Amino acid sequence: MNLAYRDIRHNLGRFVLTCIGLGMLLGVVLAMIGIYRGLVSEALALARAPQADLWIVEADRRGPFAESSRIPGDTREAVERIHGVEAAGSVTYMTTDVERTQGGRLRFQLIGYEQGRPGGPAALIAGRPLARSHFELVADRSTGLQVGDTLMLGRNRFTVTGLTAGQVTSGGDPVAYISLLDSQKLQFELAPPAARVELARGTPGGGKDTVNAVVARLLPTASATDVARSVSRWKHLAAISQEEQETILTRSVVQRARQQIGLFTSILMVVSAVIIALIIYTMTMDKIREIATLKLIGAPDRTIVAMIVQQAFALGGTGFLLGAILISTVKDYFPRRVLLQPQDGLALATVVMIVCLISSGLGVRLALRVDPAKALGG
Amino acid sequence: MSEGAAALVVLTGISKHFGEGDTRVDALRDVSMSVMPGEIVGLVGPSGSGKSTLLNVIACILEPSAGKMVLDGDLIFENRWLKGNLRQLRLEKIGFIFQFHNLLPFLNATENVAMVRELAGASTSEARHRAIELLDYLGVGHRKTAMPSTISGGEAQRVAIARAIANRPRIILADEPTAALDSQRAGIVMDLMSQVAKEQQAAIIVVSHDEKIFNRFHRIFYLRDGVLETVEKRATPAAV
Repeated sequence: MNLAYRDIRHNLGRFVLTCIGLGMLLGVVLAMIGIYRGLVSEALALARAPQADLWIVEADRRGPFAESSRIPGDTREAVERIHGVEAAGSVTYMTTDVERTQGGRLRFQLIGYEQGRPGGPAALIAGRPLARSHFELVADRSTGLQVGDTLMLGRNRFTVTGLTAGQVTSGGDPVAYISLLDSQKLQFELAPPAARVELARGTPGGGKDTVNAVVARLLPTASATDVARSVSRWKHLAAISQEEQETILTRSVVQRARQQIGLFTSILMVVSAVIIALIIYTMTMDKIREIATLKLIGAPDRTIVAMIVQQAFALGGTGFLLGAILISTVKDYFPRRVLLQPQDGLALATVVMIVCLISSGLGVRLALRVDPAKALGG
Repeated sequence: MSEGAAALVVLTGISKHFGEGDTRVDALRDVSMSVMPGEIVGLVGPSGSGKSTLLNVIACILEPSAGKMVLDGDLIFENRWLKGNLRQLRLEKIGFIFQFHNLLPFLNATENVAMVRELAGASTSEARHRAIELLDYLGVGHRKTAMPSTISGGEAQRVAIARAIANRPRIILADEPTAALDSQRAGIVMDLMSQVAKEQQAAIIVVSHDEKIFNRFHRIFYLRDGVLETVEKRATPAAV
């Protein structure tokens, strides 16, 4: 006879309410893990979009994401001539904050790339890629823009021709792609008053034929190390492999956020453990007389321990399930991506079960110390 | 056969004290008694006389300080416990009836009775069958699916008696079984206990303050300050 099940059935309302409370708590833990995964995924999405093998950036810099990087615009042509390079493309990155046509402001990362070369959007979910050299834009759907919408960038109006999905920066800003020429103009060309001041000071300003990085795809037979060594012969350039770039992003760019979320998740787990322990302890306290009766009539300790541990598992399991359902339902309403992965859910479920087992120890200890004479009274 | 050899409960020189030195309290002093099969005995006395201590000793949940105890022919205690698993012993040899029935509130009447059989190793179906049989025997078969909170005190006490005898114990310990019942229901419960004692040849020890039921005991043991003062003979088992 399963006493745990029957006790739960008897106090179903209280059990369900407790599970809902615990479920919300575990849902927050799951959300934190999802936010962390989303953070990493978003950070990597930008670096993975060009499908590059090598990133050529300014020497002694870990650009273009972790640090700024500016290299001459003709670097791409030089890189393309290195043995083993299949294709290369120049890219620029800049964050912009513009007025929407329909009101409100829109902040996003603007990526300039050379059409037909690496560096552009990976795949479109609507519309078409850039077809003209100027004033066209492919935006991520998280910008809220639609195909055909227009937007003022600098002194020019751009038209949205296509939409991507899941293209955001490590900071959560959506990404939009424009042609390299347009982006260079936006990023490096001075506004007329500023250009006049520079001219008056006798410094006409740097040329705008500058890019932030060159992305290169290698031939299957080529060695990234060899190509990187060739690149670094030019003292003003450095080459970072795709793997290194991803490491820089996860270990450097989102490191603090990762630690913050990790710490917060750990605290939540400790809080969950304490709450589970208290709930189990209270549930046991409520059954002191029943436990004393069971002991007096001869029930072995294992029957009593099983009742408490099974209830702890039922509480943890149901709470986890409710939390998972809750977060799966609302995750798309979070302002930033919440990436729920089955292995994370499984890991958390395992941790919750272990926590339940440990937490039930307090209740078990209490139950084992109950004097059967309590059942007799007097 | 001598009374001691046939008796189901035999206590010889049982003493129990708590604390030492100035704080020493002698709860039981050299208590000797025996209870025969089919006999219902009362254990009475004022508060603090040692009734509960004696009941706890017989229930094997309190270790005496000295003496000898034989339950159902087995020497259980002789200056120390001689049996390792006292809980198993209680499960098999002793049934308990409480003042407030102490039914598990999350089990229905049948489950409360069947649980004891299952703890003793019976299969679920056998335990359930025995539970229903006992509930019918005690006149509460119509409440077999009722939860303890929905049945009356008298019915609950009958279910508790069914639970107490589910494993066919030879010894039944009852702690104020009628204290929470009116005269009529108390009479019914005592009738049932007499029936169980007679038909199952069980020894029943009842701790009670309820004078209404004193005439239902075959013998009454008076305890005062831990000393068994008198044994009053009320009736013989055969006469009941």
